[in-house]
Formats: sequence, structure tokens, C-alpha cells
Amino acid sequence: MTTAPPAADQGGRGSPGRLRTVRRTGFSIGLATGLYGISFGALATASGLHVWQAMVLSAVMFTGGSQFAFIGVVGGGGSALGAALASVLLGLRNTLYGLILAPSLPHRGVKGILRAHLTIDESAALAASGTDTAEKRTGFWAAGLWVFVFWNLFSLVGALAGQYVADPRAWGLDAAAAAAFLALLWPRLRSGDAVVIAVAAAFIALLTTPVLPPGLPVLAAALVAVVAGLLPSRHHPVPAASSRDGEGATTARNPEQEGER
Amino acid sequence: MSMLWIAVIAASVLSFGQKWLGYQAPPDILERPRIARVTTLLPIALLGALVATQTAASGAEIVLDARLAAVGVGAVLLLLRAPFLVVVIAAAVTAAGLRALGWG
Repeated sequence: MTTAPPAADQGGRGSPGRLRTVRRTGFSIGLATGLYGISFGALATASGLHVWQAMVLSAVMFTGGSQFAFIGVVGGGGSALGAALASVLLGLRNTLYGLILAPSLPHRGVKGILRAHLTIDESAALAASGTDTAEKRTGFWAAGLWVFVFWNLFSLVGALAGQYVADPRAWGLDAAAAAAFLALLWPRLRSGDAVVIAVAAAFIALLTTPVLPPGLPVLAAALVAVVAGLLPSRHHPVPAASSRDGEGATTARNPEQEGER
Repeated sequence: MSMLWIAVIAASVLSFGQKWLGYQAPPDILERPRIARVTTLLPIALLGALVATQTAASGAEIVLDARLAAVGVGAVLLLLRAPFLVVVIAAAVTAAGLRALGWG
């Protein structure tokens, strides 16, 4: 790729200059996202997970929202099954990213497996912001690989540090987890519908907290989304509106990027 | 092997399976708006519920304590477009500080 002659920048066919910029963006996203692996690792071991359990989640589950949900349920006294269910439900969006990305990433074998494993908010977002196939591919691999490297590195740092926290409450780590969920939710609240659903889900979770075993209120609240999603949509008469999800992911990382600059 | 280990491994393998499945499914699934809508709304509902329970639930009870103030500080910082790590650390410092002062 580096042997290619310097091409003119017009034409937009993934010129070397543009691709270099995309790769650099992927690195910045990887570093910024990876850094909050520290908070994941620390919260995980402070919630009672073993360092290696935290690392299996970061290396194999490898999707931040689901990982935070898993340790949130465990830390709140929920069952291991409830934790697994919450993480699986949050991970459903990665299936959607795969559907969207499949045409621009036609790989089989080892690369096909890697492609699936690196499918997360950040890689899907950078791929979605590419203007042609070359940019989409470069963005996907750059963001996916760098997030993987830094996320695991900083998860380990956080997990080792979290072990030495005797009383997570005294360090405010329970509040840190709540703020982490809010920060993950924030970029998704771009429409009135989204705000209504988030508030309704929060309300149902609190209403059912006294009556359901720990962990289940969160799943009960998820039903809000299923019901709302299956109801005929009045606000969006155009069915294509829902395929904008890839863009939703793009904006999801914008606060991070802006924070870096 | 403990239940927790089984859950960690099973949920991790399922997570990979979910990602893999997206590339295998026929692309016309995306044209079914309800499927796409549910997939978009699920993270919003789950994260909303997790914010609420992590902020105000303590076992089976609703408890309003230092966490609420900490999440409020986090929300203000998010409004000011602070990065993720700053929001999380500020919330922890707020809660830890209030508790050190004997409140919450």
C-alpha cells in the first residue's frame, strides 16, 4: 500500500492522504476509548470479579456497553445469569452493525472471524463515516484494532488497581458506574423518542426494584424498547429512518473526539 | 467452575456469536423496520434502566444518597461535552467526597 504513487487528492477513491487521516482518526479513537478501559477494569474487580474474569470480558466479549452491564448487575447483587442476559441484550446492536458492514467487508476465514470480533460501536462508526469502500475498510480496521489493543491494555491496569480497593463505596466507585452508564447513554439521546424510552425504562426499573430479584428490573425495562419498537411508528412514516443507526454510532464517539482536541 | 466463570465465558462467546451473525444474515432483514427499531431502542432502554438502578437501587430498596449528587455532576459535565473519563472520575470524586464528609 505504501508503494502506491502519490495520487491526486480529487476523485475521493480512498487516496493515500485521506486514508492516512482515517488511520490517524482510528488511532485517536482507539486511545480515547481504550483509556476508559481503566474504569471498566477497576469497577470489575471492585464488583467482585477476578482479574482474569475481567480480562476474558475485555478480550472475548469486547463490547464496552455489555461489559459494563455485566459488572453492573453482578456489583448490584444480581445473579450471574441476569448479568449474562443484560450483556447479551445490549450486544444485539453489534448484529445490526454486521448487517450494515457486510457489503464493504467481504472476508472469509481468519479475516472473517477478526472482522466479526472487531465489530463494535467505534469501528462501525468510523466505517460509516467513510465516503467510499476503501475509507470504510480502513476506518473499520484502524478503529477496531486500536480499540482492541488499548481497551485490553487499560482494562488490565484498571483490574489490577481495582483489586486493592477494599471498600468500593468509599472511593465512589458505585457512583462512577452510574455515571459511566449515563455517559454511554448520552450520545444516543438525540431524538424525543429516545429520551421518552430512556426515562420510561428508568422508571420501570425503579418501580420493579422492590419486587424483582436484583438484575431483573433492568431486563423488565428492556421490554419497553421491544414494545415501543414493535408499535407502529407514527413519527417516522419513512421506514428507511431506522437504517440511520450506523450514523447514530458515528455521533456516539463525537464527544470523545472533541474532548481530545 | 463457579457460576460467575460460566456466565463470563458464555456471555463472551454469545457476544462473538452476535457479531458474527450480523455478517451471515441476509441483508434484506435491514429492510424490516421493526427489527431495526428494536435493535436501536434496546441499548437506550437498557442504559436508561442501568443509570436508574445504579444510582438509586441498593439491593431491593430505593436509596437516595451521594450517588444521586454524583450522577448530577456527571450530567452537567456531559452537557458541557466533557470526555467520558472526566465524567466518570468526577462522579467518583463527588461521591467519595460527600461520603468522607459523612453524607450518603
